[in-house]
Amino acid sequence: MKSNRVMRLLAILGALALILAACGDGDAVDTTEGEAVATTEAPETTEAPETTEAPEGPPEAGPLGAVTVAAGDPIEIRSLEAISGPVAFLGIPNERATQMAINDFGQIKGHDVNLGVGLDDLCSGEGGQAAAQTIVADEQIVGVIGTSCSGAAIAAIPLISGAGMVLVSPSNTSPALTSDLAGTAGIDYQPGYYRIAHNDLFQGQAVAEFVFNDLGLTTAAAIHDGDSYTQGLAQAFADAYTELGGTVTLVVGVGKEDTDMVPVLTGIGQDSPEAIYLPIFQPAGDFIVQQFAGVAGLADTQLVGADGLLVSDFLAIPESEGMYFSGPNLAFGENANAVTGVSANDFLSSYEAEFGEAPTAAFWAHAYDATAMLLASIDDVAVELDDGSLFIDRQALRDSLTSFSGAGMTGGLACDAFGDCGSQEIQIVIHEDSAITDSTQLPVVFTFKGEIS
Amino acid sequence: MTATAKKPSETEDSRRRERRALRLSWVDLFLWAIRIAAIIIIVVGLIGSIQKFIAGEGISAEGWRDLLVSSLSQGAMYGLLALGYSMVYGVLGFINFAHGEVFMSGTMVGFIAANWLFENGIWDSSPILSLLLVLLVAMVTSTLLAVIIERVAYRRLRGSPRLIPLITSIGMSFFIQYSFAGFFGAGFNTYPPPPEILAGSVTIFGIEIRTTQLTVIIIAIVAMIGLWYFVKKTKTGRAIRAVAEDKEIAGLMGINVDRTIVAVFAVGGAMAGVAALMWALLFRSVNFLTGFIPGIKAFTAAVLGGVGNMAGAMGGGVLLGLFEGLGPLLILGGLGIEGSTQLKDAVAFIALVLVLIFRPSGLFGERLGSEDRV
Repeated sequence: MKSNRVMRLLAILGALALILAACGDGDAVDTTEGEAVATTEAPETTEAPETTEAPEGPPEAGPLGAVTVAAGDPIEIRSLEAISGPVAFLGIPNERATQMAINDFGQIKGHDVNLGVGLDDLCSGEGGQAAAQTIVADEQIVGVIGTSCSGAAIAAIPLISGAGMVLVSPSNTSPALTSDLAGTAGIDYQPGYYRIAHNDLFQGQAVAEFVFNDLGLTTAAAIHDGDSYTQGLAQAFADAYTELGGTVTLVVGVGKEDTDMVPVLTGIGQDSPEAIYLPIFQPAGDFIVQQFAGVAGLADTQLVGADGLLVSDFLAIPESEGMYFSGPNLAFGENANAVTGVSANDFLSSYEAEFGEAPTAAFWAHAYDATAMLLASIDDVAVELDDGSLFIDRQALRDSLTSFSGAGMTGGLACDAFGDCGSQEIQIVIHEDSAITDSTQLPVVFTFKGEIS
Repeated sequence: MTATAKKPSETEDSRRRERRALRLSWVDLFLWAIRIAAIIIIVVGLIGSIQKFIAGEGISAEGWRDLLVSSLSQGAMYGLLALGYSMVYGVLGFINFAHGEVFMSGTMVGFIAANWLFENGIWDSSPILSLLLVLLVAMVTSTLLAVIIERVAYRRLRGSPRLIPLITSIGMSFFIQYSFAGFFGAGFNTYPPPPEILAGSVTIFGIEIRTTQLTVIIIAIVAMIGLWYFVKKTKTGRAIRAVAEDKEIAGLMGINVDRTIVAVFAVGGAMAGVAALMWALLFRSVNFLTGFIPGIKAFTAAVLGGVGNMAGAMGGGVLLGLFEGLGPLLILGGLGIEGSTQLKDAVAFIALVLVLIFRPSGLFGERLGSEDRV
């Protein structure tokens, strides 16, 4: 009897505690609607926020709050890239380029910029979310350069956007993160997201035009591996190809870990498509090209890959000869980033001098441009206070980024309302000799520039 | 005994019997419903595929044939791997999760040998010698690792509850995976392309088979014959069979149980080494995680065929390869589902569930030691 009452009491207390917790969280972080959050005090939850709470005269913070960087403290930004695992070839040069851009930019109004420890997005939603949680726990962070993979960004951006921070990606290309280029936001779009890489709707269109018009092939299939980047790109290709008049016979997925590709290739071979677009990564790509020969129905099929396979290990495989690859336009040449004044060629020399090797993937230039754009915007909105601290309003930073335009290593940068800031230039290269494993040396056969209206 | 005294107990008894019968029959009905549904789906799918084939649509005869051979060769590889799982389960009563890593070690060290042979030109000039050398290296590595694992991790745990060596084997599996990642790096290592004599295809009875796949099937058959001979004709083989039957009695009969168990692990490891060469011929790329999924599939194959039963392990492996390769396209494709190969893992494991629903002891019947027999 007594224990029943005690249990009931505990249950009621537990329920009350849950309700209070739910209500408590409600007004702390959800600032994306621009609701007026307590202006002068900590907009976020419970820890001691701004370090120097100068009671007289800091400018009023906007709806997302602001970061106050004490005199002598560095401005905190972070790098979130795929620095381990099979996509590390992409993330490591991105992270290094970010640091180099910070060094080239120098101080912002007397404050250093600190990148801290490079975070790992593991090229997956779980990695992106875990890293984002550590980022938003530190309220001094102004912005993040990353992620490498679209899947990680999709998981990270709700947290980062909710905390008022900004995420500027060098290499995300999934349309879901920005928009359909026709005015409708992508399903994963959150304010505060920007990217330098192209929108994959353009890459899909470029490949479709090349395959249908230039190669004259009228039937095609597409293979993805289930993640949002590859699936988005395969679907973008399929949609654009169908619109041009081609027939898409099958869009099918393989597992990233799959090794036996004969069944899926046989399934595709049923309809004997003239081309197969496979915007996937290693090792699935390796298994496909190695098991491709001899599959019934695919004797004359042309394989087209994307930048996930523009890696020296894949290009060294003899069976990869004869493939086309789509990817961002890499003809940076003498392009210089207008913010730092450093040209692409100078960057490459410095990179090789410091790290002893050429960058292993093409998005280093995008990472450099992303960092320069972020630093220039911080410089633009940061207000120096009398005590030497720096006041950075988060909403003002977003506005500055959205209105950013300038020349970058990757071409002309100009952001649209949904965060697509890149020059949207795509190129297609051909790989004819497996002795050439440097993707930058492959001859360009087709270029495409997307126009954002 | 009066008539009246009988009746109440009789009606009670019969009521109890009725209740028990009803309870049984609901479960029975459900199982039968699943069996019938499975048969219907399989038959309709098969008919659909046959119709498509006759109409000249879908996969051509060559396509089916290639798929069949490729599935058979993969299945042969799963079968050899399954032997290790099956034997250890039959003798010691637990699943040796580290066996997938024993296989992986053979592939990784075999890669070093193959690469060395390739760089010194021996790979192309004496292909048969090279393959035999790689086979030897892989087998020795896998056998050594299996024996070491038994000595270090499992011997002390004999006699403890079955869950303990199982969990130890999981830990051992991770340990070996990441040790190899540390030694060899996390990247993929690709074997040199098969030497000239194994490139291309041969035609047997008018059927064109890729030479590598034919080689794999032949290797599997030879390995199985060798194993059968070992188990049936040699003294150690007889000892293994005795220990598998009843460890205690075998020990009392003068068999050195410890040494016999080491032999069991060694044989499993040797078969895994052969499977490693088959992987090298079929798939060529290996990394420290290569053993994980084949390990799970091989264990599934062992259960499919009947755990503890060596013929069952091989048969289960081949069948699993066939289900995985042919199943989605044959059955789901016949039902009109596009992109059915995306479900191939699901099909393989559903096949396992269905086989066990129809025949719980596995296709060829299980052979467990006296301690594990129900």
